[in-house]
Amino acid sequence: MELIYEKSRSGRRAVALEPLDVPEAELNSELCRPAAAPLPEVSELDVVRHFTLLSQRNYGVDSQFYPLGSCTMKYNPKVSELVAAHPGFATLHPHLSSAKVYEPVCQGALELVFETERMLAEIGGMQAGCLQPMAGAHGELAGVLLIAAYHRDKGNTHKRTILIPDSAHGTNPASAAMAGFEVREIPSTPAGVMDFDKLVEALDDTVAGVMMTCPNTHGLFEPQVHEVAERAHAVDALLYYDGANLNAIVGKCRPGDLGFDVMHFNLHKTFATPHGMGGPGSGAIAVGERLLPYLPGPRVVKSADGYTLETIPKSMGRMAAFFGNFLIAVRAYAFLRYYGGDGLPSVADNAVLNANYMFARLRGAYQAAFEGTCMHECLLSAVRQADKGIHALDIAKALLDRGFHAPTIYFPLTVKECLMIEPTETESKETMDLFCDAMLEIAQLVDVDPDSLHAAPVTLPVSRLDEVRAAKDLNCACLA
Amino acid sequence: MNPESLRYTMDHEWVGEQNGLCVVGITDYAQEQLGDVTYVELPKVGQRLKRGEEAAVVESVKAASDVYAPLSGEVAEINEQVENETDLVNRDPYGRGWFFKLSNYDSAEYAELMTYTAYRAFCQGR
Repeated sequence: MELIYEKSRSGRRAVALEPLDVPEAELNSELCRPAAAPLPEVSELDVVRHFTLLSQRNYGVDSQFYPLGSCTMKYNPKVSELVAAHPGFATLHPHLSSAKVYEPVCQGALELVFETERMLAEIGGMQAGCLQPMAGAHGELAGVLLIAAYHRDKGNTHKRTILIPDSAHGTNPASAAMAGFEVREIPSTPAGVMDFDKLVEALDDTVAGVMMTCPNTHGLFEPQVHEVAERAHAVDALLYYDGANLNAIVGKCRPGDLGFDVMHFNLHKTFATPHGMGGPGSGAIAVGERLLPYLPGPRVVKSADGYTLETIPKSMGRMAAFFGNFLIAVRAYAFLRYYGGDGLPSVADNAVLNANYMFARLRGAYQAAFEGTCMHECLLSAVRQADKGIHALDIAKALLDRGFHAPTIYFPLTVKECLMIEPTETESKETMDLFCDAMLEIAQLVDVDPDSLHAAPVTLPVSRLDEVRAAKDLNCACLA
Repeated sequence: MNPESLRYTMDHEWVGEQNGLCVVGITDYAQEQLGDVTYVELPKVGQRLKRGEEAAVVESVKAASDVYAPLSGEVAEINEQVENETDLVNRDPYGRGWFFKLSNYDSAEYAELMTYTAYRAFCQGR
């Protein structure tokens, strides 16, 4: 399809400006462009058709199944959109929260911040929450900086290392390094969980913290998480819970009760706010007792006069202006209220049931990465198919031809030819069956006509992309 | 270089002695697991590396990985060609796809590395 620049015709316009109702003023020539900006010249209809066609080529969870493992691409309920669009939230100026004098006119927003943070703390088994971080990795960074603030305050200058299992969420090492720590990786056992003995071995006095994802990126619950917490706390190392996979346990089990000191929530995963097309996300955090004094500020507190802002003396500082992506918090709040405390465990129940249903249907044709049942996502390995020349990438592309978004492939790195499938609680049995049927049909094709899969996708507007060229030969220039 | 005369690490680096220097690259198994390599970042000449320290970065269409120093030493030479022609890592991992050369290395550390036979058995077990 043509770029909008290619539709440009000299002199064509989509807007007619209103007649000038103020005196015309000369602009300082230094402020003016030497020549007009090279914008496309198109009619309103050109613009409407162009973007309508583009939107029809879009792929999203509103149109099709999106089983991207580790990403929790669940349906985003429209009631959350409705609430977020309320003018009382949507048109609020963020600076209203920045001065005492304005507090009376944004009580509703402050209450929402307070209540969402309180609910998140409750779900996490923590003492307090904070909505500031803008995305999952930003929440990780906030959490690790909190751990740093804790050790700084205690004079623990020798604590320079963060331990991270190789089955942790991929961004953990980057977040820890960005916060100034050295990262040491702890390997997994063949069963796919953290090697506890290796952890104990590495857990010396220089360790500031341990970052865990539970269930981990193998889709497995870490069975020794209690012992890890005990051992870590014995050397004054704190425990970080990466909430990327919280969908598997939300409302069922609380990281704080397991011994974690700090965690982040991906509101855009577990609490169904939109993502996958740029979000924006939210990586809200919650902390237990040890880290409470260092939380980012200012904090919303509830007093007899209503909701007010309070600075915290030992706060690590701000992680973001205002309260992060506030309207995302509004959506998450709506989601939480929609489910309620009694309904929330059904999210985890169905997410885990769905993943195991797909696992059961597919683990014959594809090799199961690990034995036993899984949590909210199942990991398959296309090693048998790879022996016949069809790799995880080919299978992913073949799925595109069959109308599905591909699952996550080649992640985690610990599993060869990995296909990582996460249906979430929002998919029906019929949808999962259609996807499994397609996967099984592809597995059969690998046996009888593997060559037919090398060219996939053949039914989409764009055929197989040259990924090497895409990575090396970047060309972002528009045609104008 | 002939893979059979090289030494190996569990992180899939190979090491070969040549004219008093240690040549380092990633193995055929590693390049195959990575897939098409799109980016290579090498250490600086003169940099002192400790065994196990991050020495280089290799990125492919699938993943980004660190390359670790298989033994301690000083970076004497780097393969600038591989930074531009990253497909050399895939096409010729034991030859023109080498990463860097170390001087002043410890021969005892070299002797501790896996032999070709040991490395092959190690890969088969994975």
